[in-house]
Parts: sequence; C-alpha cells; structure tokens
Amino acid sequence: MAGSRGRGRSQFTFNVDALGFGRGDSLPTSAHTPSPLFPPMQFKPVPLHTGEEVDYMLALKQELRASSKNLPFHIKAFRTKTDVARYSDKYQNGETKNNCIEWSPDWSRMPKELCIKVRKPRKTGAKPQLTKKTKVAAGKEEVLQKLETLEKREEEQHSEEEEDEGKKKQNEEEEEPDADQDYDEEDLEDETDYIMSYFDNGEDFGADSDDNMDEAVY
Amino acid sequence: MTAQEVRLSGLLLQEHFGDVVEKVGTRLIRSGVLTLRALAYETKLPLDLVKKSLCVLMQHGMCLFGAGRRGPAGPVEYRIISERILHMLRYPRYIYTAKSLYGDTGELIVEEILQRGQMTMSSTVKTVADRLTHNMPEGQSMDYSEVVSAFSRLVETHFLQRCPPTASAGSSSSGAVNTPLPAVKQPTEPEEHPECYKLPYINLTGQGKRRRSSEDGEADQRAAKKAKTDDSECGDEGIYWQVNFQRFHLHFRDQAIISAVSCKLDQTSSEIVRTMLRMSEVTTPAHAAFTQALSANEIFRALPSSYNIARPILDQYLTLLVDDPMEFVGKTGDSGGGMYVVNLHRALANLARATLESVVQERFGSRSARIFRLLLRKRHLEQKQVEDFAMVPAKEAKDMLYTLLSENLVQLQEIPKTPDYAPSRTFYLYTVNQLPTARLLLQHCYKTVGNLIERRLYETKENKRLLEKSQRIEAILASLQATGAEAAQLTEVEEMITAPERQQLESLRHHINKLDSSENQVDETIFLLESYINSTQAAR
Repeated sequence: MAGSRGRGRSQFTFNVDALGFGRGDSLPTSAHTPSPLFPPMQFKPVPLHTGEEVDYMLALKQELRASSKNLPFHIKAFRTKTDVARYSDKYQNGETKNNCIEWSPDWSRMPKELCIKVRKPRKTGAKPQLTKKTKVAAGKEEVLQKLETLEKREEEQHSEEEEDEGKKKQNEEEEEPDADQDYDEEDLEDETDYIMSYFDNGEDFGADSDDNMDEAVY
Repeated sequence: MTAQEVRLSGLLLQEHFGDVVEKVGTRLIRSGVLTLRALAYETKLPLDLVKKSLCVLMQHGMCLFGAGRRGPAGPVEYRIISERILHMLRYPRYIYTAKSLYGDTGELIVEEILQRGQMTMSSTVKTVADRLTHNMPEGQSMDYSEVVSAFSRLVETHFLQRCPPTASAGSSSSGAVNTPLPAVKQPTEPEEHPECYKLPYINLTGQGKRRRSSEDGEADQRAAKKAKTDDSECGDEGIYWQVNFQRFHLHFRDQAIISAVSCKLDQTSSEIVRTMLRMSEVTTPAHAAFTQALSANEIFRALPSSYNIARPILDQYLTLLVDDPMEFVGKTGDSGGGMYVVNLHRALANLARATLESVVQERFGSRSARIFRLLLRKRHLEQKQVEDFAMVPAKEAKDMLYTLLSENLVQLQEIPKTPDYAPSRTFYLYTVNQLPTARLLLQHCYKTVGNLIERRLYETKENKRLLEKSQRIEAILASLQATGAEAAQLTEVEEMITAPERQQLESLRHHINKLDSSENQVDETIFLLESYINSTQAAR
C-alpha cells in the first residue's frame, strides 16, 4: 500500500462522483448561522381527523381535565402564611392542611406508614368545637367560663338549626364536598353576619398565579 | 424509561393530580425504588404531602409497595409503574369504547372507575345511578339493577377486573396471620387471582337519587337517612374493581385489524375477520401470535345473519384473505373445510410498517417514501442499486438517502472486503430495520405529545386574564338568568366583553381544541407502535 503512494497521486480511493461535486469545483457554501428555529416546511402536515367520534373524544378529554381538578386527588400544597397574624385568620378555614387527606382510602391495602388523618368535609360537629377552642385560647378563666356557658346555650339553638340543614345536605354530600363547604361558608359560619369572602384579605390574589395554570377549559 | 417518557409522564401527572404528585412521581420514576423517607428527602417536600401523593398514586394503581432490599424487617419501598401513567393519555378512548359497546351506563361506569382509580361495585353503582338520574327528566330515576347489569356485562367480558389483593401492609411481620410482603420486583398480576372476574353478591336495591338544591320535603329527609344506613349493608367491602387496560388494548388492536382489512379489501371481508376475532376472543391468550384455528364451517355458522353470503362465496373470500400480501389471515389445515387463523403479530407488524411508510411520505415526499419502501422490502442495497430500483435520478436519490440517514430512518452497513476498511474496497449498504425505527418513531411521538401539552399550557397561561374575565361574566350571566333578569341587563353584561376580546377568546378556543385533538390522534399512533414493539418483544 505504501508503494502505490507515488503512482496515481491524483486518484482518490473512492468513487469521486459519489461526493456530489467534481474536481476543481468550489466546495458547497458553509452555513454561517444556526438553522432557523421554525424552518419553512416543504411538505405541509395532513389535516386532523374530523367526525363525530373525534369531537366526542375531544369533549371527553376536556371534561376529564376539568373535573380532575375538583377531585380530592388533586393535591395542592398548603402555603403557610408567613405574614403577621390577622383577624381574618380565625374565619379563614384551614381547608388545605398538609396533614389531612381529603378522601378515605382503604388503609388495609396500603402500608401503615402512609396512614394520615382523614379530613371529613366540615359538618356540624366541627363548628362548635372551633368556637370552643378559640374561646378557650383567648383569655382568663372565670370570664371565660361565663362566656362559655352563654356560648353553649346559644350554640345549642344554633346547632339544632344546623343539624336540620345538615341532614338535607347529606344527600348531596356524595359528589361535591366543595359545594357543601361553599354553602356552609356562605351563611352558617361561626355566628358572624358576614359571608366568608368578607374576610378574604387578598393575600391569595397574586400568589396562585404560579400554580393551576388552566382555569377555563373549552 | 426514556427522557421523553419521563417528561410526558410528568406533564400528565401535573395535569391530573397537581404539582406535588408530579414532583413525587417524577422523582420515583427517575430513582427507581425508594423508601418514604428517601423520597421526602430527595423531593424536599413535607412528609405529609409525600404520604398523600403516594396514597393518590397507589389508589390509581400507578405505584406499588413492597418489602425493600433489607427484607420484611426493613422500610417499605415504593415503585412506579410507568406504563400506567402513560395510559392516562388514552382515557377518552377507553370511555368512548365503553360507550359504543355498552351505552351511556357503561360509559359512566368506566369513567367513574378511571377517575377514582379503584372502586367497590356498590359505590360505583350508586354514583352512576345518581349521575344518570340527574340527567333524566324530572320524575324519572335510574334503577340500580340496570346499572348492576351493565357492570356485570363489563366484568363478564373482562373489561373490568378485581384489584389484586395486597399482602397485609404491616411493615413488621408479627403473627402468623401476616404473610411476608412480596418483593417489590414482582407485582402480582391481577389475572393470577382465581376470582379475578367473579362478581360479588351484593344486596343493593333502590334507585338513583336526584340531587336537590334548596327546600326539601320530608320524604327526602327520610330518604337521606335511609341512604346513610344503606352504606354499610352491601356485602362487598374490600373488593375493589379496576379497569382492565389489557383487554381494552386487545379490543383496539382488533379494531385496527378490522378497519385495515376493510380499507384494503372490502366490507364483507372485514366482517369475516371480525367474526373470526370475536369467536376467538376468549380462547386466545393475550400475547398469542395468532388466534385459535377456526374451521370454515364454524365461521360460516357464526357469521351475523345480516350477511347471508353463500358458502362457496365465503370460501372465496377466505382464499382472497389468505393470498393477500398483508397476510392477515393464514390457512393452517384442511379439515372442516379449511382451518384459518388470524395472524395477529404479523398484522401488527404490517400496520406498524404502514405507519412508518406514511410518516416518511408525509415528511419527505413520495420519492423518499418509495426509496424507504424499497429498502424495507429488499433489506440491503447499495447506492447504485437504490437509484436503479427506485427509478430516481442519481443526484436526487443521493440527496434523499442522506436526508433519511441524517434523520436516522435509514442505517448504513459497511461490509469490508479487506481488513483495513479502505473506502474503495468496502461495500456500503443502506438498510432499514423496522423494529429500531419503530422505537425511534415512538419516542418522537412521546416528544410530540409533550410539546403539544406544553404549548396548550402556554396558550392558556398567556390568556389567563381573558379567560378569568369570561368565566366571571358567564357566572354573572348565569346567576342573572336564574333570578330572571331582563334582556337589557343581560345584553349589558354580555357587552362587558368587547368584540376583539371575543375574537381572541374564539381563536384561543380553536387553538386549544386543535391541540387536544392532535394529542388524541398522536395517541392512536402511539398505541399502534407500542403494540407492535410489545408483540415482537413477547415473541422473543
């Protein structure tokens, strides 16, 4: 092989035609810029399928997406409010606590270490407890006791009313605990005259913009 | 899992279950098997959130747990089933199939079970009856027995199956009652359980309840109390049902074969193939290469009565099907008028090949497609031979071959004549291998769906303000209409959205519909390629 180096110097070891240009021609121009991000396509894509089946599946897909946001399986992290303690905190519900799970799985099929307290949608039992707790946390004991007895009397009346409404709502409880709570929040909360959104201090206005990006689904 | 699959899984988890579950899920996919503490440490999430996410994933059958590497005494380890997450893309197709086979009741049953992961029979029946009642006109309601019969039919045809029993979940093996946890690596197949498709006996009578909104009569209160006591009476505690995806996939595969036959030949041949597939539904195992052999007599008897074709005509059709180059049907014997089988794996391979060819055709033109088909048939060809066989001029052929080569659709095989691989003394052969090319296209499909989802999220985010405004206005309109407002008020509210905004909303809706529709269509290709790849792997 070394011996044939002198002979046939201008011969290449492969078929020159295969290169695409002959001898003596200039090389093809080199690229000066990176290729464009959206190069024009020589062959346009084929249009999508149409028809009743396709439309129905499209509608199903969008419905599924929207409804999965409302299911308890959609987990949102609870952001602790690191601001000053506000008056409205008492009325703002601790809806999304991290240590409660919003549905009740079958714990016998899961490892014990995953067991978490199941949060039932707020019923009548929770409300008197909340007020009792906050009252207890507040002040001195004797005044407290008087207040408490007064409270309890008031609440017995109140909880009787609430129990009746609670029974009516147990019917609707199955599928929409959210609707249930909205209903509760709106009118029956902790003996205030204001609806719950009155106590909204606007902290959630800008904060949610990073999560939950699809709001409306068409 | 490949990078594209991980990305797509992350996007799907985020869409359905939120960011938290997405973080946990992708961390588990990337790391393989992890314990709870390790997972919490790596994702830097609070332990409770990690527990909740794992519960969600297990409820939906996407995550398994088992004894870890340290044996039953060590911490429990968790493992993700990646295909299950990708199945979420196909939910609309499953639901639509259930609707076409079993009507609205079947559709709602499958939808409920898909959304909730696993459910008991009684809770499914109640929920579906309530939903159906809600949509019925006033005064009518759906009886539980109809829903139960639809459920039974779904179970009999194996579209629903019982969830496999998990070993008792204590992490320390104490008494004799606790069987040791199976190793994480072998999940129990649901089919291994002998009672997989056995319906439990439940005493569930009643009708769907219509949800009332405001004032309720006494009757409803009593009915509500009765509903509470009914909960504990049904006899199927602890028996959970899940959707049998494999069965749905077999159904889709059969549908694909039938429609391919009807496109290639005609309606009658597709009916014959449909009959053959229906007859061998229960006798053919899931990964079989061909169905059980059926004699022509049996096929003749089993044909639907609307197709009264004569016996010799049926024989002619069968001969045509056997002789067809696509090889959907094969003849395996002569007894009983001829024994015929449907070649499932070969049909899948042909369908995948048709997909590859059409992809090349749509992206690179019909001449490139001709070269591609040529290489698929003739296996190895030199450049000169390609030019000759494809009847394409040399320069263009070279150009096209190099384009295909750069896209990795075509491979180059060197066959040296001398050990020093000198270019003048080596054969360079172009070749196409169907299986690796199918895998490549499958990854492209996953990437495509990921891009489509991201684009949809981007579009929604860009127009978030507008979408919120339109939602608020719709809510105002709805409440105004409910309280009976005048037309002037309604038009005033409607005018709060200006005309250019309306146009923008309309175009946004159009874009999102198009993106969603594309996702569904790409998923069909994904299914075909996945089935082909799985069938060739199973065959080995």
